[in-house]
Amino acid sequence: MKILINGEVTQTHAKTLGELCTALGHGLDKIATARNGDFVPATQRGETSIAENDSIEIVAPRQGG
Amino acid sequence: MTLEFYGTEIGSRLLTGTALYPSPQILSDAVIASGSKLVTVSVRREAARERAGQGFWELIKKLDVHVLPNTAGCKTVKEAVTTAQMARELFETDWIKLEVIANDDTLQPEVFGLVEAARILNDDGFKVFPYMTEDLGVAEKLVGAGCEVLMPWGAPIGSGQGLANPMAMKTMRAYFPDIPLVVDAGIGAPSHAARAMEMGYDAVLLNTAIAKAGDPVKMGISFAKAIEAGRLAYEAGLMEPRDMASPSTPVAGTPFFKIDSAS
Repeated sequence: MKILINGEVTQTHAKTLGELCTALGHGLDKIATARNGDFVPATQRGETSIAENDSIEIVAPRQGG
Repeated sequence: MTLEFYGTEIGSRLLTGTALYPSPQILSDAVIASGSKLVTVSVRREAARERAGQGFWELIKKLDVHVLPNTAGCKTVKEAVTTAQMARELFETDWIKLEVIANDDTLQPEVFGLVEAARILNDDGFKVFPYMTEDLGVAEKLVGAGCEVLMPWGAPIGSGQGLANPMAMKTMRAYFPDIPLVVDAGIGAPSHAARAMEMGYDAVLLNTAIAKAGDPVKMGISFAKAIEAGRLAYEAGLMEPRDMASPSTPVAGTPFFKIDSAS
């Protein structure tokens, strides 16, 4: 199915946000996630389903002012 | 008198950003040299193939300083709240430098959204550090929403203009004698920071002026000294300026002194 990851159209077979993060290679990374604008805590990624056209944000620590 | 935010003591009144440095090593060296004990950070999209955030996080952990994540670039309440929630999980802190931005050119705070987001986040257990204008009405709303620190801009972010509205900054200090006030943004030179501290501001938060200096490490030290000097001056009590001259050397006993017959 087609979803948006960080604003880019992406094809995935992942059924949950947890599966998606693992498939992308973020398994051990320090990341945080949101689905369709709402924060999804790390503990809930495994039970958060993703659907066609969902917009997923995957973020990490970065320099800031 | 020590600096405290939400009951946590901070060992330096110089608060520093972590962006725009020539290299991670220079960032690290400048923070250490400046003595800053609180740094701001952000959250940004992470590409799995680059994993840029992972190395940065390791660097920040090594600095062993307080971390204040921001919501830079957020333009709506919803974006700011979600970004704050992601930052809380990432950085393992309930502190958030709340930015809701009105305009890309001025980076002016969008104060209506700011107050609304501050209320939502304070209710959700965050400790909010709002990036704001120096407007007293907005300040009161933020305090009412639960903010125990206020961070008015000196001038637009990255402009280096110093304190664009010193009269309003003085008024704000007088109006909120007991709330920690931080000048956030617009500081370009150590003299600007010293001036803010002389007015009684509790701390100064800056990024570009150090990061983009020819020698960021030296500039970090320079700001630390200016801020320390300004704070000492405030505690010592500055003289009131006057319009006319007033001799510092005693007038009595001046040789050849004669009473001016004209006066």
